[in-house]
Amino acid sequence: MATKKFMYLNRRSSFGTVYAIESLEVVLIAAAFEQDVSLAFIDDGVYQIVEGQNADGIGMKNFSKTFHALGDYDINKLYVSAESLEERGLNVDDLMPLAYEDEDDDWAEKPSIKVVSNAQLSKIMSEQDVCLSF
Amino acid sequence: MKISIQINEGPYQHQASDTAYQFAKAAIEKGHEIFRVFFYHDGVNNASRFTLPPQDDRNVVNQWAELGIKNVDGEPELVVCIAAALRRGMLDESEASKNGIDGNNIHPAFRISGLGQLIEAGIQSDRLVVFGD
Repeated sequence: MATKKFMYLNRRSSFGTVYAIESLEVVLIAAAFEQDVSLAFIDDGVYQIVEGQNADGIGMKNFSKTFHALGDYDINKLYVSAESLEERGLNVDDLMPLAYEDEDDDWAEKPSIKVVSNAQLSKIMSEQDVCLSF
Repeated sequence: MKISIQINEGPYQHQASDTAYQFAKAAIEKGHEIFRVFFYHDGVNNASRFTLPPQDDRNVVNQWAELGIKNVDGEPELVVCIAAALRRGMLDESEASKNGIDGNNIHPAFRISGLGQLIEAGIQSDRLVVFGD
């Protein structure tokens, strides 16, 4: 089966609507198809990967821990909009330390999150074959 | 061109399904192939055969059904995500009997399947067009 570049564009926060968790469900299924997968977090989507989420008080499943599993599925390109972080008073230290082991570099642990400008993100998006927007 | 469509919103509340339908119809008229339409999130509600809009309004579900998007084996290629459907009370006959529920509401022009069908549509098609909020 052909390999294509798939990007999952996350634009909404973890809770409030179902988009975030159902996007992650697609990403996990997609991992089985051995495509070139990347994720982008823009607008309120940056809240999905904020460290220390706790959904106990609202009766929802805290699915944010699942993001830690992505590295094991060779999903290690997580682009985060610098502008979206800044607009929300966040920086990269507020995000979960998501990492993967690089098999081409003696399994060295490397960060999966890359903070990029919207202009850079726009360029990366233009290089994709399929963009799924959530 | 081989085109697939993803619909993320339910009927009537959002225009996404209407716009996707107009797009699919126009594409077919222009000689393009609609490989698959995948219904996700609240988009699964576009497959309810119990949809009864007032007589002077369009029937979003029947419009899709009449478009008759099928594969070479004659199976519908209007595909409803199973996980999204079940948690929203959208069941076909098989899921209803499997779960001991005394009714089903998926229109026969649609079929229930997994998220892999969405990824496969992205791989197989020249374009995957997403309609949603």
